[in-house]
Amino acid sequence: MTAAFAAVLRRDLLVALRRKGDALNVLIFFVIVASLFPLGTGAEPGQLRTMAAGVIWVGALLAALLSLPRLFAADLADGTLEQMLVSAQPLPAVVAAKVAAHWLSTGLPLALIAPVLGLQYGLPGDALRVLLWAVLLGTPVLSLIGAAGAALTLGVRGAAVLTGLLVLPLCVPALVFGAGALTASLSGLAPGPHLSLLGALLAVSLPLGLWAACAALRVALD
Amino acid sequence: MFSNFFSFASPQAFYPVAGRMIPWFGWSAALLALAGLYIGFFVAPTDATQGESYRIIFIHVPAAWMSMFIYLVMALWAGLGLVLNTRLSGMMASALAPTGAMFTFVALWSGALWGKPTWGTYWVWDARLTSELILLFLYLGYMALKEAIEDPQRADRAGAILALVGVVNIPIIYFSVQWWNTLHQGASVSLTKAPSMAMTMLAGMLVMALAAWMYAIAVSLARVRAIILERERGRDMAWVRSMVNA
Repeated sequence: MTAAFAAVLRRDLLVALRRKGDALNVLIFFVIVASLFPLGTGAEPGQLRTMAAGVIWVGALLAALLSLPRLFAADLADGTLEQMLVSAQPLPAVVAAKVAAHWLSTGLPLALIAPVLGLQYGLPGDALRVLLWAVLLGTPVLSLIGAAGAALTLGVRGAAVLTGLLVLPLCVPALVFGAGALTASLSGLAPGPHLSLLGALLAVSLPLGLWAACAALRVALD
Repeated sequence: MFSNFFSFASPQAFYPVAGRMIPWFGWSAALLALAGLYIGFFVAPTDATQGESYRIIFIHVPAAWMSMFIYLVMALWAGLGLVLNTRLSGMMASALAPTGAMFTFVALWSGALWGKPTWGTYWVWDARLTSELILLFLYLGYMALKEAIEDPQRADRAGAILALVGVVNIPIIYFSVQWWNTLHQGASVSLTKAPSMAMTMLAGMLVMALAAWMYAIAVSLARVRAIILERERGRDMAWVRSMVNA
């Protein structure tokens, strides 16, 4: 099981590395979205600071959503996915490896660049650290729920928009706690409880997302 | 008795039974709604603080109850279909979704109309309003997913997975939104009513809730009959043709 996890993780990361453009485009999209907001709302520093949390989180949510079709679609097209399903290796291990690779190639870069965007919005040093932790904890949740959404819409017409319709409402708690941590830190409250809740959310999403993604893949390739 | 009961799990056996049940539930819905509206408009006293505008409660609260309850029932049917692989379960889940979405919309809409005279605004980012809105999104996502998948068996099973994930998520969403709300603004607007509610008000609300139940059952049965005909078309032409011509 560990061998299967490691092999799929290595392969998916290698594929992501060979197609650097895909991951880079998601990152650029995130930066552009976050940079457009001040142009629309005006660059008054106080206002920017209050809306930073929401803008950065919604931007990260949309960027993660954009990267979801890559998760299974290419493997479905060339038949790899079917081989993974019929192989003797447990499917949850394979899916977990794919989700982990997806997070490492999109979620982690998003988390690392989020503090830079925070600087654009004039966030102080403490808040930047909280932002980094919150996005680090929150993006795996997006990858897990997103994997379930991507698996459900596999091979369906209009899959990209449909995935958004399914995944975005389910991501509300991640958005609330993630943005909440930053807002708490800015208003001088302890961000710890929000981060703990984000961690709890991750702990719930891990079995739930993996189960849903595996079940949906079995349905899709039945 | 049990073997008899389970024989209705076959769409062909269920179709005529559902047809016989629809008038009963339909008429009960109509009579209960008339009784409930009569109590609501003529018997129940005028509210001390809200005046006459509170009477929208007789539509609003039953609709809100039904919106949440139907999602649970839908997920239950969907889960049963996933576990037992019965075709009728998936059809029942499909038949319930539009009714649930309708009640969610009615709850939001009547809530907006109620909010204007009492709170002075159509919409506040109150925890209940927000989670009801997200519930509407969940219904719409469920229906969109089922609509997008051509193969009905696959659509049922994919929809079931989504409904079950949604059921686990609903309490998390509700508490996250509630907490988000209390963190950002004080409870300037509270939906909690005065603890002592006139007996007739409560009676009117309960009768209307029963009417909503009956309506939901009648409409879902009618819809499930249509779904059965649509899906069995290719399986057993003779049976479906005899039903359509009858």
